Amino acid sequence: MNAVPIEAIHADLQSKFSDMIGDLRREPAETGTAYIIVKAEWIRDVCLYLRDDPQYLMNNLNLLSCVDFREMKGQEYQGQLGVVYHMSSLQPVGDEWKTIHSVAIKSYVPLSDPHIPSVARVWRTADWHEREGYDMFGIIFDGHPDLRRILLPSDWEGYPLRKDYKVPDYYNGMKVPY
Amino acid sequence: MQELVDHPTTEAQVELIRSGKSLRSEEMTINMGPQHPSTHGVFRVELVLDGEQVVDAIPHLGYLHRCFEKHTEAMTYPQVIPYCDRMDYLGAMNNDWGYALAVEQLMGVQVSEKVEYIRVIVGELNRIASHLVGGIGTYGLDVGAFTPFLYCFRDREIILNIFEKLCGARLLYNYVWVGGLSHDIYPTFLDEIESFCGQFRNTIREVNELLTGNKIFTTRTKKVGVITKEVAINYGISGPMLRASGVKWDIRRDDRYSIYDRFDFEIPIGNDNDGALIGDCYNRYWVRMREMEESLRIVEQAVRDCRKTPTLMQGDVQKDVPKRIKPASGEIYSRTETSKGELGFYIISANGTNPYRVKVRPPCFVNLSILPDATRGYYVADLIAIMGSFDFVMGEVDR
Repeated sequence: MNAVPIEAIHADLQSKFSDMIGDLRREPAETGTAYIIVKAEWIRDVCLYLRDDPQYLMNNLNLLSCVDFREMKGQEYQGQLGVVYHMSSLQPVGDEWKTIHSVAIKSYVPLSDPHIPSVARVWRTADWHEREGYDMFGIIFDGHPDLRRILLPSDWEGYPLRKDYKVPDYYNGMKVPY
Repeated sequence: MQELVDHPTTEAQVELIRSGKSLRSEEMTINMGPQHPSTHGVFRVELVLDGEQVVDAIPHLGYLHRCFEKHTEAMTYPQVIPYCDRMDYLGAMNNDWGYALAVEQLMGVQVSEKVEYIRVIVGELNRIASHLVGGIGTYGLDVGAFTPFLYCFRDREIILNIFEKLCGARLLYNYVWVGGLSHDIYPTFLDEIESFCGQFRNTIREVNELLTGNKIFTTRTKKVGVITKEVAINYGISGPMLRASGVKWDIRRDDRYSIYDRFDFEIPIGNDNDGALIGDCYNRYWVRMREMEESLRIVEQAVRDCRKTPTLMQGDVQKDVPKRIKPASGEIYSRTETSKGELGFYIISANGTNPYRVKVRPPCFVNLSILPDATRGYYVADLIAIMGSFDFVMGEVDR
């Protein structure tokens, strides 16, 4: 299997999914990790395609992270949360296994309607990552098998990693001393 | 359907119980934890049992959640490092290093040869110390072997003493800084490491004699908790757990970060000798045992290089530390191999002195997520052996 550069993956995705695929970005230009912007509704299909297409075989989801972009500078970030997927293809080369190529995909999720399809059935590792995203950001992953809070208690109110989160004064009627 | 009888009083009732028709068979739900010695921290598993068999295991985490990611947004870049220490407190050097490397890569900072060598030496020593506690010492305890634990702690103590002399801390070092190190090495640093390396192979032999060949230990761990490589990769498992499943993959070899391309070391993987199965508990233990030897080889080579070129160990370890850490806007995903697996840092910078967002890929969190699938159908006693073989640190799972 040959390594496919991210520019080629981007061009191929654009030809397959047309306007569901946005720009390819890399910031800072020399040292940053490049990412492709994908419309949230299509994220599951794009992930499945990348996992199963024989050119890519992205069998390993390294990290699924949620981000609150609302305090970033730029018009496109207004009112947006987001989910970022770092995936790679782990394949045997000789007797060792190597990361053949990797790609990062970013999707914006509007705060007013924070829904995105779940990829927990594409990679099982996404299960807990998505639960953490729901726990901390309140992003609803549609089709997740068991979307509950994971790190916080089940009766916690609010989503702490959102930028406008206020630490509550009371927890279950008890005053929280600081 | 006959009536169930708890306290037989008549001959007929005794007969009914003897026939087995009145035996209740229903699933029982019990909690294992949060305070349980083999959960290695504060962790609760809700077990659904059918007799002794595990029907389902539902992990409940978060008891040690300390808002690492929220804290980082209020800290400057160097201030985050002590928080990284407190994630995997058994292998804190490697955590610091992972974070420092991510920020260095984002800023394009190159560190000196001396710093790279010291980082490799302390990182590998810390990997040995972490395996001595998590993967081998307390794993022996979990399955009933007490003595190897003491042997392991005796040698871990030597490593911790070296670290204490190096930076004043025994567990939470804050040693690896962005662009450098907090302290220079002390004069007898290399000598002490050489003397440690000289006697540590002996310890490995002792532990092998006590534990690896032990009949009770092998019976409890072989053929238990088998994870195949396809399932493991789909679950994102990394580190010794993935290698035990037969995937010869190590980020130190794959990404060749720092100066790992200069050292000659093997990547141990699981095997099916002597009745073991690839991906079972025994192999996870065995891979860690072998990894300690390879770490030792790396340390020895690094010390030898330092001896060969005396100029290598000269210079200021803080000469490349940036005066002001304020990376340009952008983002990076950077990963390193810690003693538990792939530790990734996804850092978004908005051109400020604080990171906009730091998301960690904690290897233990990801490795633990396979627990329900790995334990279903085994016995409760096997569950202890399986959980112990994952070698997770709850500080890193919950952050």
